[in-house]
Amino acid sequence: MSMNRRDLLRSGAGLMVGFFLPDSRELFAQQGRGRAQGPINPNAYIRIAADDSVTLIITKGEMGQGTMTSLSQLLADELDCDWKNVKTEFAPVNPALYGNQGVFGSQSIKTSWFPLRQAGANARAMLLDAAAQQWKVDKASLRTDAGFVVNPATGAKASYGSLADAASKVAVPAAAPLKDPKDFRYIGKSMKRLDTKSKVNGTAKFGLDTRLPGMLYAVIARCPVFGGKVASFDDSKARAVPGVKKIFQVPTGVAVIAENTWAAMQGRNALVVKYDEGPVAQYSSADIRKMFAEYAEKPGAVAKKVGDAEQALAGATKKIEAIYDAPYLSHAPMEPMNCTAVVNADSCEIWAPTQMQTGGRNTAAQITGLAPEKVKLNSTLMGGGFGRRGGTDYISESVEVAKAMAGTPVKLTWTREDDMQHDLYRPASYVKFAGAVDAQGWPLALTAKVACPSFFGGGRGGAVDGTAVEGIHTLEYTIPNIFVDWRKADPGIPTTFWRAVGYTQNTFFAECFLDELAFLGGKDPLEVRRRLLGNSPRLLAVMNKAAEGAGWGKAPAGRHQGIAVVNNIGSYTAIVAELSVTKGAMKLHRVVCAVDCGHVVNPAIIQQQIESGIVYGLSAALKGAITIKNGRVEQGNFDRYDVTRISEMPKIDVHIVETNNNPGGIGEASGPAIAPAIANAIFAATGKRLRKMPMKPEDIA
Amino acid sequence: MAITFTLNGGSQTVDVNPQTPLLWVLRDVIGLTGTKFGCGMALCGACTVHMNGNPIRSCSTPVSTVAGKQITTVEGLSADTTHPVQQAWIEHDVPQCGYCQSGQLMAAASLLAKKAKPTDADIDEALRGNICRCGTYTQIRTAIHRAAEIKASKGGRA
Repeated sequence: MSMNRRDLLRSGAGLMVGFFLPDSRELFAQQGRGRAQGPINPNAYIRIAADDSVTLIITKGEMGQGTMTSLSQLLADELDCDWKNVKTEFAPVNPALYGNQGVFGSQSIKTSWFPLRQAGANARAMLLDAAAQQWKVDKASLRTDAGFVVNPATGAKASYGSLADAASKVAVPAAAPLKDPKDFRYIGKSMKRLDTKSKVNGTAKFGLDTRLPGMLYAVIARCPVFGGKVASFDDSKARAVPGVKKIFQVPTGVAVIAENTWAAMQGRNALVVKYDEGPVAQYSSADIRKMFAEYAEKPGAVAKKVGDAEQALAGATKKIEAIYDAPYLSHAPMEPMNCTAVVNADSCEIWAPTQMQTGGRNTAAQITGLAPEKVKLNSTLMGGGFGRRGGTDYISESVEVAKAMAGTPVKLTWTREDDMQHDLYRPASYVKFAGAVDAQGWPLALTAKVACPSFFGGGRGGAVDGTAVEGIHTLEYTIPNIFVDWRKADPGIPTTFWRAVGYTQNTFFAECFLDELAFLGGKDPLEVRRRLLGNSPRLLAVMNKAAEGAGWGKAPAGRHQGIAVVNNIGSYTAIVAELSVTKGAMKLHRVVCAVDCGHVVNPAIIQQQIESGIVYGLSAALKGAITIKNGRVEQGNFDRYDVTRISEMPKIDVHIVETNNNPGGIGEASGPAIAPAIANAIFAATGKRLRKMPMKPEDIA
Repeated sequence: MAITFTLNGGSQTVDVNPQTPLLWVLRDVIGLTGTKFGCGMALCGACTVHMNGNPIRSCSTPVSTVAGKQITTVEGLSADTTHPVQQAWIEHDVPQCGYCQSGQLMAAASLLAKKAKPTDADIDEALRGNICRCGTYTQIRTAIHRAAEIKASKGGRA
């Protein structure tokens, strides 16, 4: 055991259990492959105090997806502690202990399933050891029960708190045995969320709720055109605004510092800034779509090739072509971007609602010139994330502002307009499909030429950005001839991950086009999918479950159904949408969703996440579009970027199809399939094939 | 300018620019951060508080207009998180990220004060202006019906 690890384990009062967690690259490599192969990094996740309180350290941010609760279930179950004694804390940034900290890709449960249970099991083993030594009995004769070690032979009983100090002095086991799933106490149960009470009485602290002694408030005026720069500014009127303290330039614009947020906004309104708008100012949405359409005709980088699709198409008699497209989207989490920071000569402290803790800290270190260990990043609750908070741009800005205000804590707030007009967007995309069916009407060939921007390493040396084609090239359908390629077409609008990423548009494209092929072949869409999913038992099972739950083919009079499936984030999801179109007005009555995410940790949270993904996907399906005019975003607030409301909610039925597979993700499972299920149902209702997101009332009518 | 109003049952005086929206007075000046900033234009409902029992959007209400009025924020719904909507929200684990929930709770409490047994249509009407990006709408609806039951069981008192 190294000094570091010993210090860690024995620092402070009570027991702190160290164990080994592979770093994120290892976790990527191990997904779905069973037990983690340690040891790489030592970690600490559990603190037991003499008063029996159990503090579980949460390394994944909480943005509504329930990690605070579900990760605690993994730890608490194997630890066998009493759930009512569980408290949580967000972990500090410490790559040596925790690897690269961030929350993305619906990975919290799937990457924690073994390591956190192992941490709990190791801690339990140490408590058993401590009791065995104290009672001078064989450890194997002892049991644990909800926070106590008990000796069934003598009736002796000792609480974890009373054993914690002694347990901290025994050797850490390499890998104490894990429970048989049938013995789970908390895993698989709808344990109540640990953060609910604080979220209904106003005490929950989000990033924007950070308050520090002497804190000032900042907003930044930014060039409305992406990539533009400040040329000059006149702050004479702004400085006269009551409450404004200071105005200065930062790399992304002009910062206004004031004694409260509103005064800062008023100061910004009074600023006169001239910008060099740069080359993106030439683009508007129509130009961008034209650019994509031109690129789609150029050679692309190959993402998938099965059989010979071109030849099959050439020889086929029944074939179709179709163009699908989708716009840029804003994430629009309810809590706009914000970050609070204080920079001193030898330290920097940040309070950030971030999905990227390590990246945020390292960004601050770069800007301040401090060693990363000198930067303390406090993770706050996030008022939604959806991928947006994987960017560290707002953290950079906050640290730049705080650096210029050395010694003074400053909270940087983005208004809704800042948030919507300086987002990192879900990329717009365009695909040109061709497809054919054989003489019996079954799909024979499918080609997809995708053109869209890239934010994830595409375009260099012919590399395909997987996020640009996922949902098309990942389809598990056994169509004998498939060809998918991609070309990077990027006008310079910043883009990033958006809940479910490429699947958000590509599942719409592919699942609608598959319906077109089914119709071309004169087949029922469910029948075609069943035939093509012979190699995908999990996807087939959820699809059959959704179809059964929805009563596929037996919709009430006047209602129509559409189906779509997706396999992403290690999970399998199918959705049936049931709607009516009356005098051109569409009403979505019911959504039936079946999901297989392997082992279930918390069914209530899974149900909530499935509903959540559907609601988020509904906004994109029916409403969301960020449009560009002269390099600027035309939408600024919820008046022009409307989202799903309570009054528009369909009835949602969720079927969890539990399997004994390692857990997949859940946060991004249900979003992708809702739009194509709706589009396919609209086709069933009207005969109109909608190939463009969002599907607006005027497109349906 | 000094402005006095009743905040969660106690007298509150603030000396600020009278045009400052109540939201920023609550959050930045007084330090009650339960009321949230979402849009700044009365478009999302995250900043909903009660003025003399009626829901208002504090982001678009100059503090001068609340002088002499009774303001209730989520912190003032109850002393111990036992308002029927809070109890029902806890029973059904309504919040996901939780950011919009203060506004949802204030809208729901106001609805229940006016209608002891709201219908789904009443709920749609009263809460359609409160955006939730996590999509907790189904749970909100269920919890409002449950809160009505809880309130009735307490003899109609919040």
